[in-house]
Amino acid sequence: MAQAAETSPKRRGKAKEPSIGREDLLKAYRDMLLIRRFEEKAGQLYGMGLIGGFCHLYIGQEAVVVGMQMCLKPGDQVITSYRDHGHMLATGMEARGVMAELTGRIGGYSKGKGGSMHMFSREKGFYGGHGIVGAQVSLGAGLAFANWYREDGRVAVAYFGEGASNQGQVYESLNLSALFKLPCIFIIENNKYGMGTSVERASASRDLSQNGAAWGIPGEQVNGMDVIAVREAGERAVAHCRAGKGPYLLEMKTYRYRGHSMSDPAKYRTREEVQKMRETSDCIETARKMLVDQFAVTEAELKVIDDEVKAIVQDSADFAQQSPEPPESELWTDVLVEAR
Amino acid sequence: MGAVILMPALSPTMTEGKLARWLKKEGDAVKSGDVIAEIETDKATMEVEAVDEGTITRIVVPEGTEGVQVNSPIAELDGGAGGAAAQTMHGITNKNPRENEKMIAETGTAQRTEVHAPATAKAPAAPAEKDWGPTASITVREALRDAMAAEMRADKDVFLIGEEVAQYQGAYKISQGLLDEFGPKRVMDMPITEHGFTGMAVGAAFTGLKPIVEFMTFNFSMQAIDQIINSAAKTLYMSGGQLGCQIVFRGPNGAASRVAAQHSQCYASWYAHCPGLKVVAPWSAADAKGLLRAAIRDPNPVIVLENEIMYGHSFECPTDPDFILPIGKAKVERAGTDVTIVAFSIMVGLAMQAAEKLAEQGISAEVINLRSLRPLDTETIANSVRKTNRLVTVEEGWPYAGIGAEVAMQIMETCFDHLDAPPVRVHGLDIPMPYAANLEKLALPRLEQVVDAAKSVTYK
Repeated sequence: MAQAAETSPKRRGKAKEPSIGREDLLKAYRDMLLIRRFEEKAGQLYGMGLIGGFCHLYIGQEAVVVGMQMCLKPGDQVITSYRDHGHMLATGMEARGVMAELTGRIGGYSKGKGGSMHMFSREKGFYGGHGIVGAQVSLGAGLAFANWYREDGRVAVAYFGEGASNQGQVYESLNLSALFKLPCIFIIENNKYGMGTSVERASASRDLSQNGAAWGIPGEQVNGMDVIAVREAGERAVAHCRAGKGPYLLEMKTYRYRGHSMSDPAKYRTREEVQKMRETSDCIETARKMLVDQFAVTEAELKVIDDEVKAIVQDSADFAQQSPEPPESELWTDVLVEAR
Repeated sequence: MGAVILMPALSPTMTEGKLARWLKKEGDAVKSGDVIAEIETDKATMEVEAVDEGTITRIVVPEGTEGVQVNSPIAELDGGAGGAAAQTMHGITNKNPRENEKMIAETGTAQRTEVHAPATAKAPAAPAEKDWGPTASITVREALRDAMAAEMRADKDVFLIGEEVAQYQGAYKISQGLLDEFGPKRVMDMPITEHGFTGMAVGAAFTGLKPIVEFMTFNFSMQAIDQIINSAAKTLYMSGGQLGCQIVFRGPNGAASRVAAQHSQCYASWYAHCPGLKVVAPWSAADAKGLLRAAIRDPNPVIVLENEIMYGHSFECPTDPDFILPIGKAKVERAGTDVTIVAFSIMVGLAMQAAEKLAEQGISAEVINLRSLRPLDTETIANSVRKTNRLVTVEEGWPYAGIGAEVAMQIMETCFDHLDAPPVRVHGLDIPMPYAANLEKLALPRLEQVVDAAKSVTYK
């Protein structure tokens, strides 16, 4: 049941009624913009030496996580890899806490002990933030296992890249999830490059949405640059899982504008390729155009959103620099839970 | 004046680079995401993207300039329409945090030593072994099963997964009867996919469930060791204490009999090496029952290293339904005055036999059953050594960076002055386990080696 999906926003004809309302699209636009601006700011702080180590930006892929999050309910769980800032913001985690974690400060979600790749929020259903490629997929199956065990009707969403999709434990997790009918949505964020290796050079499959076919897991290819297409597919996946039919797999065809991490010279692709994606398929521009053309949203209304987002990001950057570094006593805490 | 564009760092180690090319010139308008320049380091060429909107009013560093310091101004930008652009730079503290890091790096050694570890080996100062009253003879196998059953009855969040644990009743019959009592949801057979089901169990534990993961043998845990270390052991720390992982990994460890190298390996030092884990290694039925119950209740990931050969052995075990043992506390199995023999798991039995032999020769050996490898009960060992002044360690595993090495070092650190002889290690040979019966026997610690070691440190 794979659908051909070009990474173009023009899949839906004008005649077709949009499946999204004005308010929802405004919210999606706002959430995508927040991630974009946050990541730009993170890139800037990295450039200034305020953020260390690895820093993997999500710029370009915002529609995937924002579209999916619109399908979820409180209590549902999200887990992903190290390119995780967008996922955290989408689940509603505070920009301040995320940015302060990036700068390694006590005000960060992990008190500065996790960094860019390791943040969590039980309250928001965000289970990390994992640095080992593919590990989060098995863990995500475990979140779904817990839902199945407790019979609480929740679903878990496990995000991973097309690079991770080749890991052995991913296939083990697909089998386990299908075997036990776990409510798990596997999302391959196919941004075409696993670090510097294009998907064509890493996977013999040309349709990753069918990677669960051997276990009967339904899969779809989705235009991951289109937040509406993502939401539509997400709704199908969530309905399937909540109905107790087991896992579902979505391959989101997306694109990251920035390098794999901050220190990636990106020689494996041309500037023209990146530029073309930005100009023709950008998820935020597409949403913005639709808001103006089809929902008569005014520039003034959009400016209010832009300003709100800018203020949140600036506040997070200020906080992330003002929050102190963790005290030395933090070295020895949280290694073990003290016995109750 | 508007914002200042600074020379960015491409990596944490970059301090300077070449400004290779400007893609914008003075007077050009830029918006967020525009590529404005290219910079080069010895490793890479990268594009600099604008973060703020505005018009470039001045290019400070011309293209082709080498050795441009990170964070030095390369261009100036007017505020553009937003005006917020200017603030972005104003908010930045002028001090380069990398300088700070460098400072720490240079003086770090001294600073770091001031931060004392709260003794990783710190064990709870538990009272002497509690008397649990009447006992009955049961096998180690039954003790393990009873421990799981008791905890599963008490807590519906506890469940058992593993290969052949349910319908087959356990590859080594440890889970016999559990499927009947608790049903297929709480006693679940897994496909042969250790990496996947271990990760799945850890994920479930993140939500508050309390899985017991049985490895058919610990040899197969190597398939899953990334999930055990990187996910189970480290997440609490990485999350600043938010996300713990109450999970037990258990199964037979070490040499069985005639199963060759891939199935005969001791993982004690592998797992005991890692902060964020607890590691126990029972010997007797009471150890097995008391430690496994404690492991299941412990809010941390606990590795329970069992021994296949011990499964069928019977011991007296307390019948008190509340019987439990503390993790982190060793047991003095036999009191003595001349030499301390430290062992764990099946080697405790060998140490006890050696003590008998030594007694016949007039040497009084004290035998310590470690029970817990992490945390290690250094206090109990040290107290013994202060009395005997001599130490012998016994383990099945390899000597290099092994448990014996660690015990010896801890004793050096805590009571070196009490030692009257260098500690001696008895251990498995530093080779993959051979299959041939005669060679296998030679590869594992033997009774006479323990006796000889004790005699050598007592100079007898």
